[in-house]
Amino acid sequence: MAIRTGENSLVQGLMLDGALSQEAPNEAAKVDKKTVKMPVGVPGYTLQDESREVPVTEPPVWPINKELKCVGQPVERWDGAAKVSGRARYTADVQLPGMLYAKFVNASVPHAKVVSVDTSAAEKYPGVKGVHVIQHVLGGAVLRDPALEQVKYPVVRYAGQPVAAVAAVTPYAAEEAAALVKVQYEPMPFVVDMDQARAANAPLVFPGAADQAGTAGGGGGPRDVSQTGNVHGPSIKKQGDIDQSLKDSDAIVAGHYVTQVQTHSALETHGVVADWKPDMLTVWASTQGTASVREELSAFFNIPASQVRVITEYMGGGFGAKFGAGNPGVVAAALSKKTGAPIRLMLDREEEHLSVGNRPSSDQLLRIGAKKDGEITGIQLVSYGTAGCGTGAGCAGPATNLYKYAALHTEENDVFINAGPGAAMRAPGHPQGAFALEQTIDELAVKLNMDPIDLRDQSDPHPVRRVERQMVRESDLWKSRNPKAAADTGPVKRGVGLAQSVWYRFVSMNSSAEVRVHKDGSLEVLSAVQDIGSGIKTIMAQILSEQFGVPPAQISVKAGDTNYPAGPNSGGSVTTLSLTPAVRDAAWQASQKFLADVAPALRAQPDDLVLVEGEVRSKSGKIKPVSFRRAAGKMTTDQIAAQSKRIPDYDRSKYLTYGGVDVAEVEVDTELGRIHVKRVLSVHDCGRPMNPSLVISQINGGIMQGISFTLFENRLLDPVYGLMVNPNLETYKIAGSRETPQIDVRLVEAYIGQSSTDASGIGEAAGVVSIGAAIGNAVYNAIGVRIRRTPMTPAVVLAALRRPPQEMELA
Amino acid sequence: MSAHKTPHPSLPSPKEEDQPEEQATGDLVRNGITRRGFLKGAGLTAAGTALLDGVHAFNAEAAPVANHGVTVLGPGPVQVQLNVNGKEHSIQIEPRTTLAEALRIQLGMTGTKIVCDRGSCSGCTVWLDKMPVNSCTVLAIDAIGHHVTTIEGLSTEGALHPLQVAFVKHDALQCGFCTPGMVMSCAALLEANPKPTEQDVRYAIAGNLCRCGTYPRIFAATLEVASSSKV
Repeated sequence: MAIRTGENSLVQGLMLDGALSQEAPNEAAKVDKKTVKMPVGVPGYTLQDESREVPVTEPPVWPINKELKCVGQPVERWDGAAKVSGRARYTADVQLPGMLYAKFVNASVPHAKVVSVDTSAAEKYPGVKGVHVIQHVLGGAVLRDPALEQVKYPVVRYAGQPVAAVAAVTPYAAEEAAALVKVQYEPMPFVVDMDQARAANAPLVFPGAADQAGTAGGGGGPRDVSQTGNVHGPSIKKQGDIDQSLKDSDAIVAGHYVTQVQTHSALETHGVVADWKPDMLTVWASTQGTASVREELSAFFNIPASQVRVITEYMGGGFGAKFGAGNPGVVAAALSKKTGAPIRLMLDREEEHLSVGNRPSSDQLLRIGAKKDGEITGIQLVSYGTAGCGTGAGCAGPATNLYKYAALHTEENDVFINAGPGAAMRAPGHPQGAFALEQTIDELAVKLNMDPIDLRDQSDPHPVRRVERQMVRESDLWKSRNPKAAADTGPVKRGVGLAQSVWYRFVSMNSSAEVRVHKDGSLEVLSAVQDIGSGIKTIMAQILSEQFGVPPAQISVKAGDTNYPAGPNSGGSVTTLSLTPAVRDAAWQASQKFLADVAPALRAQPDDLVLVEGEVRSKSGKIKPVSFRRAAGKMTTDQIAAQSKRIPDYDRSKYLTYGGVDVAEVEVDTELGRIHVKRVLSVHDCGRPMNPSLVISQINGGIMQGISFTLFENRLLDPVYGLMVNPNLETYKIAGSRETPQIDVRLVEAYIGQSSTDASGIGEAAGVVSIGAAIGNAVYNAIGVRIRRTPMTPAVVLAALRRPPQEMELA
Repeated sequence: MSAHKTPHPSLPSPKEEDQPEEQATGDLVRNGITRRGFLKGAGLTAAGTALLDGVHAFNAEAAPVANHGVTVLGPGPVQVQLNVNGKEHSIQIEPRTTLAEALRIQLGMTGTKIVCDRGSCSGCTVWLDKMPVNSCTVLAIDAIGHHVTTIEGLSTEGALHPLQVAFVKHDALQCGFCTPGMVMSCAALLEANPKPTEQDVRYAIAGNLCRCGTYPRIFAATLEVASSSKV
């Protein structure tokens, strides 16, 4: 029961083929158009005016940020005060009268048929109000032919898979009763190591071919591929003649790269509070998509969407793993229906590591050929990766989309193992793919005796990254780099390296907003969109502020509730670029309605009136300025409202990607094997930055998550028992304050002329894609040895220093 | 495993009257009931007359049962008094209830977050007499007789603490789930050391996990308050 919408398949398709498309509503063609001039390019570098045909109803074109009053400014987070004071109410904080606490019973073995589930002792336990045995487990791949498995209960495919759940009056009672549920297993052979799972005689995770759908955040894998044993794939993509292009090369470099499984580890776990009433199911969910939760609950229980309400006031991190209702959502709803009481079901930390997603591993053989001048001739990638009992380990995005080439050949394979299903995680597949690609590009530069920036200038045609590389070239950090590797003589060696990132412009057309003007002069904006920490609520307030001239803090932002106009699911960096044009259009239309309504009372013509700095002013000077609030008092109704939805991008012929260049400075202790990232320079673009402060926060976060992935994090599975040995936060190592480098973020405004706000997204492109390879290249610069494996622990570093990997024979 | 977070290296010695007794014994002593003593038994074990001082905190119905000189509380609920943010609260809890659970469930103060529930992320940081502790690894009964300060109590009369203002100004938060713990850790640092260096801030929040990775701005916010402080 995976979520499938047009939006999701769009994201998934893009993940897989790198092509760019956008939903095109049929009515778009009928709309009357006007021609406008829009700023396009990078101010100070490539800015110029370009013409666009846009619907006549579109608001006036915004100039570049420095000419705006509120949008584009580092406005304080709209809900910052609520968050720093503890007032912000997250799903984990929701307490309803009579609410029960639910706890999952999880499989203790990695692979088994469930013979029986005896709930009698649990049901009798004091305080227990309901027990639910799961008949349909969500997440992971699903057999193409369900007839291959005739079972009473879902087959356990990983330790930690939920089997049942108990609801009780206290968390303690629920936990204790859950321990009394007796599950009888018929164990099956299992495999938790990807290399072993690829072997011909490996235990099979699925008895036949199985597929996993993507979510609004991406992930999932292709359906139309073969499956042999546990290997789902290859998914092959070809362009040009790879053999010929490599023959025509002056230099070929190749490498074998391995990356580990990373868990999302959002601080607020997955979970819901579900309140089933006869005519309405209300669910508070820690989700990146209120819409996706409603869709899944409505489908699962076969109830109308109009009778499902999903609320996300605040949510404590998702990073791609929180879409749909999932097992917690449907089980809590089922228990609420059964007990007649609201149910809180929040996962514990161990469950969060095991059962609700992870970034798949990768094992990549990458080969790149080039001419003497650095022009890339061909890229060949064969990758294997495991998303546990799910799919979505493809990582060819960077190889496909960063450089121009004469030929490309990629083969992506998913390998099933008995572990929890992967999920989209911040730029799915891209940190893995870029780790290999961008180190190989640097290796090519070494082989061709070229500067790594010159080489990229030769083969990367993206106009904005060209500007970004120029900024890097001129930076003190890059200038401090010694082009000679391993130049330091002491035991601690310094190095500097760079890498590039790429992400794509996805538009969710399911984006709409309503703007209301009240007679007392207060303003309100509503959308079902959820703020996952990236700050969309702040940006909505800024847009109204820009339109009405009222400070953003005075605007009421109502978000995270499916009772409001439809909002996008927040995955794939879609939120800001999809929703803000709808908000702006609604604000514009509401302001025009407002001026038309009050003009007679002000003895003015509506088109002579403008809203500036909290006042209604006359363009011709015929009337004196009136405060917005006083003017609102003259409204003929209590409220004036306008609702707008996203219209397609203005110029959809353009292939649009975003990205950036990240530079890392490292110190490598060659005696202890420790890598310390000292400084990072992060140069990134995201269309019009709606709020530079919020963008910089996201880039800091991308850098930190990327450093953590590259140096520390590692999900460890015990091959003998098939259990995760580090399912908490003291053993699953995540970079913290002491590992934080000095991060210098430089935002590049890159106008693209695509919508009334011209915003883009930053979540995925923000450093997390490129910092791993930048560290790898910096380490090479420091010690002259290339490390092709994450996490780069001291043991890995010392082993690499002892025995540098040989150049791959596939070169 | 002590619930207390690693004391900051530059923490000055607390004043005599503020010094928690724990400093002297290496174990948390509250009203004569030791944590070690508690952990020896299945319930709350208290032996000897020296411990009777602590009993006043429990009300009469839930009074300890004397049995062969051993006083046992629980495992059923007991009525206790907690001083939280300067106010006395009387709540009924099972003795095994952690301070974090008592705050969130019994008192409805959900600003304090539970993230790992085992003292490895500091998301649940509150103050016990101005000492930052992981409230998920402090029993609520261990907080009896102490002044508990939570994120809700840091702001006074609706006015944000200067550090909270600085957190907003520097956008030292994203999803905000680690934020209450971060603020409590950084504010505790400033109480103990009004002029910390960036290195001091890094160490003070070395145990505070932020998955959004917003650390650089937490350093900036804390240092700004430090530089503007009049101490």
